[in-house]
Amino acid sequence: MLEIKNLHASIGNTKILKGLDLTVNSGEVHAIMGPNGSGKSTLASVIAGREDYDVTDGEINFQGNELSDIGPDERAREGIFLAFQYPVEIPGVSTTNFMKTAVNQIRESKGEKPLDAVEFLKLMKEKMKLVNIKQELLSRSINEGFSGGEKKRNEIFQMAMLDPKLSILDETDSGLDIDALKIVSNGVNALKSKENATVVVTHYQRLLDYIVPDFVHVLMDGKIVKSGDKNLALELEEKGYDWIKVKN
Amino acid sequence: MSKDDKILKEFTSKEYEHGWSVDFDVDQAPKGLNEDIVKLISKKKNEPNWLLDWRLKAFSNFKKMKEPNWSNLKIPRINYQDISYYSAPKKKKMLKSMDEVDPELIKTFEKLGISLQEQKRLSGVAVDAVIDSVSIGTTFKDKLSELGIIFCSFSEAVNEHPDLVRKHLGKVVPAKDNYFACLNSAVFSDGSFCYIPKGVRCPMELSTYFRINASNTGQFERTLIVADEGSYVSYLEGCTAPMRDENQLHAAVVEIHAEKDAEVKYSTVQNWYPGDKNGKGGIYNFVTKRGICNGINSKISWTQVETGSAITWKYPSCILKGDNSVGEFYSVAVTNNYQQADTGTKMIHIGKNTRSKIISKGISAGHSQNSYRGHVKVMRRANNSRNFSQCDSLLLGNKCGAHTFPYIDIENKSSMVEHEATTSKIGEDQIFYCLQRGIDEENAIALIVNGYAKEVLKQLPMEFSVEAQKLLSLTLEGSVG
Repeated sequence: MLEIKNLHASIGNTKILKGLDLTVNSGEVHAIMGPNGSGKSTLASVIAGREDYDVTDGEINFQGNELSDIGPDERAREGIFLAFQYPVEIPGVSTTNFMKTAVNQIRESKGEKPLDAVEFLKLMKEKMKLVNIKQELLSRSINEGFSGGEKKRNEIFQMAMLDPKLSILDETDSGLDIDALKIVSNGVNALKSKENATVVVTHYQRLLDYIVPDFVHVLMDGKIVKSGDKNLALELEEKGYDWIKVKN
Repeated sequence: MSKDDKILKEFTSKEYEHGWSVDFDVDQAPKGLNEDIVKLISKKKNEPNWLLDWRLKAFSNFKKMKEPNWSNLKIPRINYQDISYYSAPKKKKMLKSMDEVDPELIKTFEKLGISLQEQKRLSGVAVDAVIDSVSIGTTFKDKLSELGIIFCSFSEAVNEHPDLVRKHLGKVVPAKDNYFACLNSAVFSDGSFCYIPKGVRCPMELSTYFRINASNTGQFERTLIVADEGSYVSYLEGCTAPMRDENQLHAAVVEIHAEKDAEVKYSTVQNWYPGDKNGKGGIYNFVTKRGICNGINSKISWTQVETGSAITWKYPSCILKGDNSVGEFYSVAVTNNYQQADTGTKMIHIGKNTRSKIISKGISAGHSQNSYRGHVKVMRRANNSRNFSQCDSLLLGNKCGAHTFPYIDIENKSSMVEHEATTSKIGEDQIFYCLQRGIDEENAIALIVNGYAKEVLKQLPMEFSVEAQKLLSLTLEGSVG
């Protein structure tokens, strides 16, 4: 589904990704771990197509298409979803309205009819249950005055609404207490299928107790330096990132 | 070209939708401004002598006045002698009903999405349609008159309800109030008149639609709304003009009287031709709008969505004379390319326990300049009065300007005035968030801008709120900075 080869990316004159390779197949959950500043969030942004970053070398293929000339909105319509580490506030725009605009634009791009109010509400009600989110929250300006947990739940709600092929969760565990973490993880797990894939970007092993990865990759200094199964995360938790540095 | 520049370029190439004009026979006065022209206009309208005298007095005052220069606008010199002050589609005879209106004129309004045929019309709205200097027809007149509501063209009101007109004309905006109001008082041609009798709640929206069609003419209309005790009316004004290279002058006056327990809601969607992307052409929109809350518990609420005009100079205001009266001003003003707007309000608190609220949302893009100018005055006797003002500015791009000029005069110790102001830019983060959900850039900006203006848009009557949202999106399509 996703194939990244020799990816180099920088912001301004600072090189962040320096030859990264990663392959993700349908039905898989991958965890990307690494210390602060290793390039985890950059990788998530670059896959989503954020234009602040320059891709200087390498390629990203998604479902057989090379993404370099494809804008972020089109990537989203192709099925790439990014759950933001810091979801943005848009005053005066409710989550409901935001999602209605998104869902219908995606449908339109596939030549499908937009959902009418009744159909849309039905879809929303169904997805709300997944992350235990209340209608009242969805009627408020998106992310404005939301708690950390509400913001992250709202991200997963949007993921459920858009039903992406590839979901990238960028530090979704940050700022969550244990209850919120469970709710968010349950949502992500419920959405998992043989047709889609998930990339979890995280600092800590904690999240991986709930979202169990098939593969764990360690990202350091812009490259993946070690890959393994879920036990690698446990080993990291125990020994710290220095352990890998020393080995290299 | 950077991404921002590219987007801004796309956005500045956006075209004005109502820029066409229609050819029909017109009766047009020669260019120039003098006493004979004032007399000619009055004669064309078969006006009584008192009104002609009123006009002539205004004109003699006008000659002594100077154009105001205190605004934050660069106004090119206007040659008042190079304008024709009267232009009317020729009519063959007096019309008895809308069915006799020239089909060409009906088509003109249909092109604007306004049907003058009652059976096709949204049943909730009555329309007075004004082209250039005259009203060509008013719908639902009969139905409204069953309730005692008078809704007709100003000229008709002068002849059929002279006492009402004479009693109220120039009482809120005196003829020599300011330069442009004074000019209007001398040469005004038509407009709408509306009277809601005691205790009547007007069952439909009343609306005037103004269209400038002829070239080299100015439009000087006058609207007078009188809401008698305990009555209610919601009024909407819309306007468009053809695209022309020359600048055209629009200097209107709106006066509102609200008696005891009466409420008037006045909404404007202003979409005059704004000029091209280089700032050529466009309407100069110099308008005086003012209402008086005469009786206790009366309320006047102004809502405006300003997207058009090359230059806008406009301050819809409330004089809160009656105790417990309420004044409101909700405004969204959008400027793009080389448009300039200096707009805001005045809230004059005279009575006790009077309250006013000002919500102003400015949006500037391109090379435009957008100013909010507001005056809150609390007089000595206005005990326990309250004002709340919120003025927000949103900038798109880095070549435009947003300015706020709040003036506050408080002469009463028990009163309270609050003022909040913010300036922000549409964030790249907000845009990216939308893009990442599959929403394209144009829709993203429309979404963000409409969210920003929501507090004001929700004040508009339902039918027009949707129109206004579309108009905002259209004016700002693809503009980020």
